Amino acid sequence: MELLIQAGIALAKILIVITVMLLTVSYLVYFERKISAWIQNRRGPNRVGWYGALQPFADVFKLLLKEDIVPSNANKFIHSLAPFITLFVSFATYAVIPFGPDIKLFGRTIQLALADVNIGVLYVLALTSLGVYGLTFAGWSSGSKYSLLGGIRSSAQMISYEVSMGFSIAGVILLSESLRPMAIVESQYGFMWNALIQPIGFITIVVSAFAETNRLPFDLPEAEPELVGGYHTEYSSMKFAGFFLAEYANMIIASAMIVTLYLGGWQFPYIDKFGLSMGLTAGIQVLSFLLKMALVLFFFIWVRWSIPRFRYDQLMNLGWKVMFPLSLLNLIWVAALIMIFNI
Amino acid sequence: MPFEIILFVFFALIAAVSSVVMVTRPNPVMSAIFLVINFFALAGLYLLLHAQFISVVQVIVYAGAIMVLFLFVLMLLNSKSEQKLLSGQKKIKVFAIVLAAFVFIQIAYLIFFSSPSRSLSPDVAASIKAGTVEEIGRQLYTGYILPFEAAGFLLLAATIGALVLAKKKFN
Repeated sequence: MELLIQAGIALAKILIVITVMLLTVSYLVYFERKISAWIQNRRGPNRVGWYGALQPFADVFKLLLKEDIVPSNANKFIHSLAPFITLFVSFATYAVIPFGPDIKLFGRTIQLALADVNIGVLYVLALTSLGVYGLTFAGWSSGSKYSLLGGIRSSAQMISYEVSMGFSIAGVILLSESLRPMAIVESQYGFMWNALIQPIGFITIVVSAFAETNRLPFDLPEAEPELVGGYHTEYSSMKFAGFFLAEYANMIIASAMIVTLYLGGWQFPYIDKFGLSMGLTAGIQVLSFLLKMALVLFFFIWVRWSIPRFRYDQLMNLGWKVMFPLSLLNLIWVAALIMIFNI
Repeated sequence: MPFEIILFVFFALIAAVSSVVMVTRPNPVMSAIFLVINFFALAGLYLLLHAQFISVVQVIVYAGAIMVLFLFVLMLLNSKSEQKLLSGQKKIKVFAIVLAAFVFIQIAYLIFFSSPSRSLSPDVAASIKAGTVEEIGRQLYTGYILPFEAAGFLLLAATIGALVLAKKKFN
């Protein structure tokens, strides 16, 4: 019976998280279009539903009803597999991200994270390194040289920026002395946010997050107007939508990771000193996590519509000659802080 | 612990089947894919043995880094000429079968006659502790500091070597 209840709680948490993720992904597309319209002084989608609020569903149905074309030269199995790998990786990453403190419900403690594992941060790194496979397979299996080059281009980009991302995460681990996401969040009590303690690391992780999620100014994997598209040139219908969804899911993951590692996660500064009730405190903390994520996501979209695209060599130079040394510098800075101030 | 046994059989089956499929595929890219699946199954087996760190590092290093580079090379090469080369050589096949049989006999001997697991401690708590990141880090920086630093030095030398080889005109 006990086992059944625990399994039930776990399943409920998974269901809630997946539903919220899927809804956020579809509405993120809507907000991207709305915010871009706002930035460019246009109206944006406003035909389907109230101010275009049903636009995401219309888009999904359009993509579902389109004809699915697989090139005759393609390796059919891998061609269909690639979008699923990308989607799997982006959704599976969410398993270790905590979105609230422990709460007590009907006499049992429930952790507001799907799985608070010892190696949570390493798990995220492992999955992001697997994201490369979806892109390379998509590029290779299409049987077209433009796709192949696009796949290799984007894999090289992801691998390059993984290095500085790893080092900026290492700084956080050094401070919190744990790889458990929950412990990392708890170590940022009050205003001890990592973004304030190690600002260089914050900059490098934000920039690498942009590169890892293939967002402008680093959207070389797609680069629609100048490079024929990329690894998904030969994809259509729902398979293309898979890549499209995965990109937005990756944005959510990236913002959740930035918030967890650098912006105090679900912590609201000194909320436990206000003397609020347990449930209210937990609610405010979950809300503050969501609000921080929304702000980071807004920043993602804002940058996309403000900064032009890098050239490929500029992208690689930035990754290896600027971001990588900066992230190393951040690591030394954190180590020095620990040595001198014993924090 | 029936659930652990179910998981063990699951991962072990995937590992065994994927490794056999990997060697029998004519297309090297497909072989690479099955090798990645095999790495995953191994990572699952490590996790069942409470070796969390090894399990994740297996995925990060082998599946996430090394195999990606392998795939790059395989995808850019023209693999069709490679297939002809291998299918024509009878001697290579015979040699490979003999070598595989030799290794198989060795492993079978190790498992069934020398029982290498006898020296392991049955203490579960100790084995869980030994697999954590904290414990591995402590061991690396205390008892095994010299080999650890030596490996780091070796990697640095390899990095510089790769740089020199890649840059043909080094001023």
